[in-house]
Amino acid sequence: MTTAIKIEGLSKKYIIGHQRQENYTALRDVMMHKFRSLGQRIRHPLSPNLEVVEQEELWALRNIDLEIGQGERIGIIGRNGAGKSTLLKVLSRITEPTTGRFSMNGRVASLLEVGTGFHPELTGRENIFLNGAILGMNKREIKRKFDEIVEFAETEKFLDTPVKRYSSGMYMRLAFSVAAHLDPEILIVDEVLAVGDVAFQKKCLGRMQQVGSEGRTVLFVSHNMAAIKTLCDRAVLLDQGCVACQGPVEQTIQSYVTTGENPNTCTSWPEPGKAPGNELLRLKKLRVVNALAGEENNEITVETPIRFEIEFWNLKPGLRHISLHLKGISGEIIFASPSPKHQFGTGLVGFSCEIPANYLNSGFFTFMVLVVNDGVPVFTYDMPTFIEVMDVKRVGNWLGEWPGVVRPVFGWEHKFSPDTPVESQ
Amino acid sequence: MKITIEAGRTESHYWKDLWRYRELFYFLAWRDLLVRYKQTAIGVSWAVLRPMLTMLALTLVFGKLAKLPSDGVPYPILVFAALLPWQFFASSFAEAGNSLISNANMISKVYFPRITIPASSIIVSFVDFLISLVLLALLMLWYGFMPSARILLLPLFTLMLIAASLGGGLWIAALNVKYRDFRYVIPFVVQFGLYVSPVGFSSNVVPESWRFLYSLNPMVGVIDGFRWAILGGDSQLYLPGFMVSLLLVTVVLVSGYAYFRKTEKLFADVI
Repeated sequence: MTTAIKIEGLSKKYIIGHQRQENYTALRDVMMHKFRSLGQRIRHPLSPNLEVVEQEELWALRNIDLEIGQGERIGIIGRNGAGKSTLLKVLSRITEPTTGRFSMNGRVASLLEVGTGFHPELTGRENIFLNGAILGMNKREIKRKFDEIVEFAETEKFLDTPVKRYSSGMYMRLAFSVAAHLDPEILIVDEVLAVGDVAFQKKCLGRMQQVGSEGRTVLFVSHNMAAIKTLCDRAVLLDQGCVACQGPVEQTIQSYVTTGENPNTCTSWPEPGKAPGNELLRLKKLRVVNALAGEENNEITVETPIRFEIEFWNLKPGLRHISLHLKGISGEIIFASPSPKHQFGTGLVGFSCEIPANYLNSGFFTFMVLVVNDGVPVFTYDMPTFIEVMDVKRVGNWLGEWPGVVRPVFGWEHKFSPDTPVESQ
Repeated sequence: MKITIEAGRTESHYWKDLWRYRELFYFLAWRDLLVRYKQTAIGVSWAVLRPMLTMLALTLVFGKLAKLPSDGVPYPILVFAALLPWQFFASSFAEAGNSLISNANMISKVYFPRITIPASSIIVSFVDFLISLVLLALLMLWYGFMPSARILLLPLFTLMLIAASLGGGLWIAALNVKYRDFRYVIPFVVQFGLYVSPVGFSSNVVPESWRFLYSLNPMVGVIDGFRWAILGGDSQLYLPGFMVSLLLVTVVLVSGYAYFRKTEKLFADVI
């Protein structure tokens, strides 16, 4: 097998300045800084330059080594902030690596977003050409595939309508369709399958599978484990910018899931300044535990209620409530449960709730918490670990995997009348 | 086809990539043209009205009210010959300067040689330039004004004009990504430049002792060159000043390109 992509010692560093909303610099700040350090130089010409701009280095990727063979389909998985998207950005040549090198053998197309460069004023037809060119197709190629693209997108009737009049579904279908007809030897894809309705998603997945089976090399980032399992034969798990493990898909996904150390999760941030949050609030504590037991007996089973607690410092008064989203292993949302609204002043705010016993099925779950201010979500926290809901000893002799995401116990009733004769003709 | 990217040296493919992405250049220019006239009520007529009205205003103020000399040519033609390069410079400088910011989304999601964006944004201004050129021809016909053979050299001065616009555009585009302050510099340069460049008047009204200093504005050389080629007759080119302008244009273009290349790798990180 020949090598399609070879990555050696690849790292990427970002400099994060503090207390800035945007990435760009204001010239004023740069001049102020230069001016101040110049002033200091004049006053103390021999002392070292003490003025340090408050900034932090963030290594989004550290020393990545990977070798991907021709025709391999690789899934890249990891938590938010593990470096997946940065890796794709570097490989797509959008941004330069800080150290290290990589080489790619073959025509590369990367798809970090569908519909890049779509212009709302232009018609569907015009956008197909424009977007095709942006993705690296030439005019002849686009012309040749034009009908196919239109057919795939199911937007024949609206070809000469400006895309700003499209419904969002139509827009996404057209955008994906152009991308789906790229003809590269190496395809780099970031989480773009979640577009359109279910029928169209199926179509996209099918198309991706087809691309993969044609012997092309595919690099695929997704939170959707089902999609990774279907499309890829090997997976790479990234954790904090490093390759944590790689190997067959099932195995890698398993180690991704089990890296959440403890079934109970209790995270606290003693210093508000370093806690996740924003100018409205800072997280203090998050707990997901077995509601019946103390800290020592922390096993969560399908028969134990689960207690969820959140505390945050409220920095500005407002009408707040939280919304708890329970997510499955593939990232699909199982439920969203909002709390009642309350007017809070500044101070420590706590919310808690209990997911009843006999509600969730066994398996891995994770949470996402939204803090909502007067109807507008102002903060989202994705819990980085999974909790495992264990199965309990079964009654009976069936030991197979219990299907479904929930395992509710309903009040079943039965009737039996032994004396009623079985009706005969 | 094999590519290797190593930290700190991505240069080797650049020219090859530029060639590979030439179609993107056409497409972006085509998009800008389409979009520009799509939602305007009178469409292309803007390209005619704008220079005509500006010419009329300048003629009125400098020719009729201030009664400045016109070097023996009809004042409207004197003005229009300068308006031609000036409007191209002003609009392409502004377009190129804002082009990266307005295409930020593309830059952070797709790879292509970044220079394609500011370079293609100039095409729209160039189309306006061509329209104005036709207007000038009509104006000359109206006044019965015959250009001399010098007009054959106009393409050379046009190249100098493009170099000045692209050079300035590259500088401002790259700076604008990093320091958004330059947003405010663009309209200022465009407005201020109209007064310090010899658009509404002939540069012959500038005292002889100041001519050389005056030519430190590269657009002075470009505009004088345009007038020299279009008006013909006894309009003279002030050679030392022109050479200084030419040199400065070259410096702006080369340094603009170099600065752009140096910073473009980080555009996606900061935009």
